[in-house]
Amino acid sequence: MGIISRGFGGRRRESVPGLPPGQYLTHDFPVLSAGPTPRIPLDRWSFTITTETGGKKSWNWSEFTALPHDDVTVDIHCVTKWSKLGTTWRGVSLDTLLADVETAADYTMVHSFGGYTTNVPLEDLLDGKAWIAYKFDGEDLEPEHGGPARMLVPHLYFWKSAKWVNGLEMINEDEPGFWEAAGYHIYGDPWLEQRYQGD
Amino acid sequence: MRELDGNAMAGDLREIFAFDVTVARYTCAGCGDGGAIAQLMLWGQEMGHVARCPHCEDVVMRLVHGPDRVYLDLRGAVRLELPLAGV
Repeated sequence: MGIISRGFGGRRRESVPGLPPGQYLTHDFPVLSAGPTPRIPLDRWSFTITTETGGKKSWNWSEFTALPHDDVTVDIHCVTKWSKLGTTWRGVSLDTLLADVETAADYTMVHSFGGYTTNVPLEDLLDGKAWIAYKFDGEDLEPEHGGPARMLVPHLYFWKSAKWVNGLEMINEDEPGFWEAAGYHIYGDPWLEQRYQGD
Repeated sequence: MRELDGNAMAGDLREIFAFDVTVARYTCAGCGDGGAIAQLMLWGQEMGHVARCPHCEDVVMRLVHGPDRVYLDLRGAVRLELPLAGV
């Protein structure tokens, strides 16, 4: 008989396919916010891509939602250790948004209403890996979950999927965003448990 | 989610400083307003403390508690004013 008991608080997670190391399943959708929830009227919403040479390409809400969209089902993994599998979203692929953008930069900084930022390598936004999502589970995205629109980069920890997104900046050198500058990992791969700097 | 004020950082800050930093006065880098650390508005406790200026809502302090170290980011404060004990 083992001496060490896992106790009543231990969560079984060894046998769940799709669950990265150190994560547990949740069926809720926890809300994590680093500041007040911005309420953005759709007639004041815009999304702007800025290149490393200062070129800009912008969409207002009606232009953005007229773009071709994808309906995707993905697993999401928060660095605070909850994972939610099989979530359904509608959004515009970054492949679509970046199709006519000329850039030689390798990195991006995602910007949000309210000042939040997070850095993502450009290649992690391409080839069907990332979207600007505006519906969750068939409904308009609630402000608490990042509405009107949020980044969705499900293969990285969910802090990279910035809420209330309003811009993408191409940058030549990788730079830490809001949480990365405060100790979190510069890249954030949940399958490698890249939670903090040095992981 | 914001439910607390800067007093809730007291435990984590005591791991870094040898005195109670919540009584220190900050000067916000955004608006220049000042007050006690304990008066900052606290958000985001799940990933780490995000302490915002109650006057302009800019981030004054971020504190992230990793498994083996604590990260304290103070770029939102241009100054901390700390009382000396016994003076």
